[in-house]
Amino acid sequence: MATVFAAYAWLVPALPLAAFALLTAFGRSLRTTGAWVAILASLGSLALALLIAGERLAGAEDYSQSFNWLAFGTATLSVGIDVTNLTSLMMVVVTVVGFLVNVYSYGYMRDDERMTVFYAYVSLFLASMLGLVLADNLLMLYIFWELVGVCSFLLIGFWYHKPEARDAAKKAFIVTRVGDLGLLIAVLLLFWYMPGHALDFTSIGNVFGNDGGAISAGITTLIALLIFLGAVGKSGQFPLHVWLPDAMEGPTPISALIHAATMVAAGVFLVARTFVIFEASPAAMATVAAIGAFTAIFAATIALAQNDIKRVLAYSTVSQLGYMMLGLGVGSVVAGMFHLFTHAFFKALLFLAAGSVIHAVHTQDIREMGGLGSRMKTTAWTFGIGALALAGIPPLAGFWSKDAILAAALERNPLLFVVGAVTAFLTALYMSRLFYMVFAGKPKDGSHAHAHESPAVMTAPLVVLAALSVIAGFVETPWYGWFGEWLTGEAAHHAGYLAMIVATAAGLLGLYLGWLIWQKGTIDRKALAARMPGLVRVLERKYYIDEFYDLVFVRSLRRLGYVLRAIDGLVVDGAVRLVAVTAQAVGRLNTRMQSGQLQGYLLAAVFSVVILVLAVAGRRLW
Amino acid sequence: MTLLGSYLTLAAVLFCLGLYGVLTKRNAIVVLLSLELMLNAVNLNLIAFSKYGMIPSLTGHVFTLFTISVAAAEAAVGVAILIVFYRRRVTVNVDEFDELRR
Repeated sequence: MATVFAAYAWLVPALPLAAFALLTAFGRSLRTTGAWVAILASLGSLALALLIAGERLAGAEDYSQSFNWLAFGTATLSVGIDVTNLTSLMMVVVTVVGFLVNVYSYGYMRDDERMTVFYAYVSLFLASMLGLVLADNLLMLYIFWELVGVCSFLLIGFWYHKPEARDAAKKAFIVTRVGDLGLLIAVLLLFWYMPGHALDFTSIGNVFGNDGGAISAGITTLIALLIFLGAVGKSGQFPLHVWLPDAMEGPTPISALIHAATMVAAGVFLVARTFVIFEASPAAMATVAAIGAFTAIFAATIALAQNDIKRVLAYSTVSQLGYMMLGLGVGSVVAGMFHLFTHAFFKALLFLAAGSVIHAVHTQDIREMGGLGSRMKTTAWTFGIGALALAGIPPLAGFWSKDAILAAALERNPLLFVVGAVTAFLTALYMSRLFYMVFAGKPKDGSHAHAHESPAVMTAPLVVLAALSVIAGFVETPWYGWFGEWLTGEAAHHAGYLAMIVATAAGLLGLYLGWLIWQKGTIDRKALAARMPGLVRVLERKYYIDEFYDLVFVRSLRRLGYVLRAIDGLVVDGAVRLVAVTAQAVGRLNTRMQSGQLQGYLLAAVFSVVILVLAVAGRRLW
Repeated sequence: MTLLGSYLTLAAVLFCLGLYGVLTKRNAIVVLLSLELMLNAVNLNLIAFSKYGMIPSLTGHVFTLFTISVAAAEAAVGVAILIVFYRRRVTVNVDEFDELRR
């Protein structure tokens, strides 16, 4: 089939970018119109992305187009777009979530006076993420990568009058910067070592696909690990996960956007996009798998003890991203991207539902909620579906993707499989805790009696996402799957029913246990917590990672900052001030000489002439 | 030649006396008088050189006559200014002549 729509793929990021430009240009003069501009732009992107994906499903050729941007010496830098199955899949994910978040924000942000600014940022965010997805070379990807970082900074700190939001925005920016530096070094290394300084993905695929050849194994591993460092920063993997839960300070639709489609998916996408480099280095693959598995179980345990509804979901995202990395690390791009695909839907759903709850009760503490299920039926239902999908209960989307990862892990390394299964159990446990504490039981006090369902503009995206969370998994089941073959050209293979049974059992066990603890009360959770106060404390404090970073990095750096500031103040500023003081003193002296006394002037003139004569005469004598 | 030396020495002494007067005296009239002294020292130099110089000529005499007449005009103007100033400020103290500063 001919490529008709793929040639217009550049419009997909261009539309939100145009919306951003429009909103920035006209500012607050168009309030609701501005929102409509952004929504329509994202709708256009969504439609185009769907058309392109449809065309690709029908078997269109890969489409790429690029033109030279800079030429120096023998090297040229190009900008261009690359439409492959992988990128078109990501485009669909990003635009679907982006469009729904835009619609939802129309209800959520209605009372905010900076709503146009919000929509401008969101549009820029979408545009940069789509540009990142479409980029046909690493340098261009890196530019959009940084733009995504900037947008997340702007949006997390959107309510900048809150000090926590400011701090969270700075934290997100600085922590991801550590990873970005790794990616930058990787790009530079690639530029240096690649034949012809080519940075486009096709050339990278060709070079590394043939067993490296031109590039030694050590350098390959280094490059892969540095790229992974970038992904660790953006995708919130241990040890750079600390920014992600704090990013909750932003408006809730932004949390959904960051956690589902735009920000954290970038890291996973990056690894998938440069997967040939990882495949060429077994050590890097093992690292990715290990970090992914560790992050998955580590964040899941933290999520068990958090009391902020969005923080629970945030740690859940960290954990699920670990899952995706695990899938990639054990060599299955299909499994990793599949989980990214399904996770985007149910995590966006969970966040938007959480936003709906927060909108209704004006608190984020789940201990103050309860019994909201009867008042907010749509929200409760959709949240329940999202939670079940996240917990991996068949036949919802999360089950199939989690199963694919677990099956791939089982094939490679049983230990990773066990970690994954335990994580699945923990996931089910904390999701049931969240659901029961928020929606079930009796209202904690009368203050939430007035809580009511959110307007239709907010619940409609929930329903759409809930539907997607149910059906998205059916694109790739062990019995019938075209997704894997479509994405990578090779059929995804499943290791049989063991992984499936274990995953389901872990999920159901988690849900059952959660039901026993938080709904039925068979197991007294207070007694449980009292039995091991140390563990609960450690989990509540998130393993003291923040405190540790504060002690080791923040304080020492701040101390270094004080020293540098002192040097700046005393030495650099001192020199400047000295110059100023000298000029002033000379000026004051000259003013004093301008006494207006002619005789004084004359005396000075006479002395000057004497000195001049002496100098001339003296020189002659010399 | 020794005669030239003594004339020049006398001129230098006169010039220095005049300079001292110009620089130190408070009374504007005295300053003007000292100024004349300096001018005359210069005139003395010119005459001395025109009479006993390497190439004696009349140029020095002519110059001296010029200087004397110009000095006379200058003294007249200077005294006129002083009188006007005295009418306005009722002083001839040079220290109070600081209009340049204002």
